[in-house]
Amino acid sequence: MVTAEAQPRVLTGQHFMNGDIACAEGALAAGCTFFAGYPITPSTEIAERLSRRLPELGGVYVQMEDELASIAAVLGGSWSGAKAMTATSGPGFTLMMENIGLGVMTETPCVVIDVQRGGPSTGLPTLVSQGDVMQAKWGSHGDYEPIAFAPASPQEMFDLTITAFNAAERFRMPVFVMADELIGHMTERVTIPSKDRISIVNRKRVPPGSENRLFYAPDEDLVPPMPIAGDGHAFHVTGLTHDERGYPAGDPLVHDRLVRRLTHKVQIAEKELSQVEELMTEDAEVVVVAYGAMSRSARQAVTLARERGIKAGLFRPITLWPFPYRKLRGLANQVSRFVVAEMNLGQIAREVERHLRRPATWVTHAGGRMIPPEEVLLALQETAR
Amino acid sequence: MSGELMVQDHPMDGLLRADRLPHIWCPGCGLGSIMSCLANAISESGTAPEKHAIVSGIGCTGRVAGYLKLDSFHTTHGRAIPFAIGLKLANPELKVTVFSGDGDLFSIGGNHFLHAARRNVDINVICVNNFNYGMTGGQCGPTTPTGARTTTTPFGNSEPAFNLPHLAASLGAVYVARWTSLHVRQVHRSMLNALRKPGFRFLEVISPCPVGFGKSNEIGEGLDEMRMYRTNSVVDPDADLQDAGIDMQKESPIVLGDFVDIERPVFVPSGVDIA
Repeated sequence: MVTAEAQPRVLTGQHFMNGDIACAEGALAAGCTFFAGYPITPSTEIAERLSRRLPELGGVYVQMEDELASIAAVLGGSWSGAKAMTATSGPGFTLMMENIGLGVMTETPCVVIDVQRGGPSTGLPTLVSQGDVMQAKWGSHGDYEPIAFAPASPQEMFDLTITAFNAAERFRMPVFVMADELIGHMTERVTIPSKDRISIVNRKRVPPGSENRLFYAPDEDLVPPMPIAGDGHAFHVTGLTHDERGYPAGDPLVHDRLVRRLTHKVQIAEKELSQVEELMTEDAEVVVVAYGAMSRSARQAVTLARERGIKAGLFRPITLWPFPYRKLRGLANQVSRFVVAEMNLGQIAREVERHLRRPATWVTHAGGRMIPPEEVLLALQETAR
Repeated sequence: MSGELMVQDHPMDGLLRADRLPHIWCPGCGLGSIMSCLANAISESGTAPEKHAIVSGIGCTGRVAGYLKLDSFHTTHGRAIPFAIGLKLANPELKVTVFSGDGDLFSIGGNHFLHAARRNVDINVICVNNFNYGMTGGQCGPTTPTGARTTTTPFGNSEPAFNLPHLAASLGAVYVARWTSLHVRQVHRSMLNALRKPGFRFLEVISPCPVGFGKSNEIGEGLDEMRMYRTNSVVDPDADLQDAGIDMQKESPIVLGDFVDIERPVFVPSGVDIA
């Protein structure tokens, strides 16, 4: 046993840190009190940082036997009132899909960080990709509407991890930070604000002593207040389709109503959730859509294109899910030519084309390297022609 | 029949979700009486019901969580133990009991059982063993005796079965017991012992599944299987657990007892003394 001299929960100040560490610090700043995980490259630094920091702050860090157990423990921790998270990469994210579905169905707030690497399978364990973005959308069976953010810098690893915790608490569901190996392992300046400048959202709780027995009856925002274990409610939670009491129900009407509510609660908040960055789009004639690490290369490509007299711009979804289609369509009123650049073989590209209702130029690579700005530039030049 | 009820309430109504009854279990199944034993033990445990939580996986036994009027979690197949660990670590005040079946805990959830026992996590695990997958219609599982007929072993099971008390004891579980659903007093007492003890506790309760297992293995109805428990049971707390496997043959013994009751450091999630 060692006695720790605890650093404060929020490390206010200027730091030079990598994305994974910034993510761990973002989690702490958001109020995370529980981490369960399993080592996997390139996310392991998040676990390592929290294994030191969380116990010092009175929180729980536990390394589980695999990712199936990690996400299960995270859900359990959340029902005991903890702000809980895990961090993983593609292979672990795949294993977690089972209980991500349970988290969606039982409306359990938690955060899952996926620092993406090359897949399928073991793929490229130490190298970048963005191949999991559709897994975040559709990975678990059945219908649901996920929330996911794509950080493009260590600073955003910090900021968006807080955003993810707040969204998880607000909407009562697992929320994803879809990072990638480049951002996770990139070291840059990270500014951590003072504690009072960080806005924190806490879940609506069923107050102890409440007579309410309809634990799955939603408020106007379609989110029901959450009972916490040990508060004396004697509530039931099941992954089965359930009625407003939380009791299993085999009625297709109950099922349809429940699943629609679980998707609608996110869909009606698309505007609130939707974050994008637009660069030089005001007068753009061709726009590249890129997110995460890939947006850094695309940004450079836009600068190079402008130097060559091409009116290029960048549209960067920061919120990946729900996809910020309104903002994209708004831009499409003024721009007709789009390029999508991503480190997979065309996942968000399909989503972009679906919302634009017209083809875009794809710049893709299966992963392992950042697509260089020159390749994106070439696509901008050809598309602008 | 005069239409007059002889009994208005179940004595355990305070701990049962009466609005969810009748339960889904088949006639002759042992789950109802085993659940009753747990309700009794919880009411006598000395810990208020609101500080008890129950976690189940999937299967017939997994439905127990839905009938007990406690904070109750019906989770995914095999994951009751890690879910329970999260619940317990985030609120150490809770008394967390995992109540699930043999297939759930030892096939799909086997790895979680291993590690929870190794760590000596402070949870109470009750496994109702009916030697098959009942909910899906009587398939072979990791506790199905060699030679037994199930819907997926029409020529007889060619695999050896887990001997659960031996497994749990070898992993360091601090309390290990086995009874049958006939032995309600002993089940109740073992549950109470387990609830009052810290660390990883394990109780196996053998239960009839006439529909999924009994009929196809010449055991017969639930009552016939209960008779078999009566004639074949050997209560031997000092038994060599290596020899405590069950093959459910007509003349074979079913070794029962409170086998293990030891102390071992209980898992704490970090080495930091937060003083």
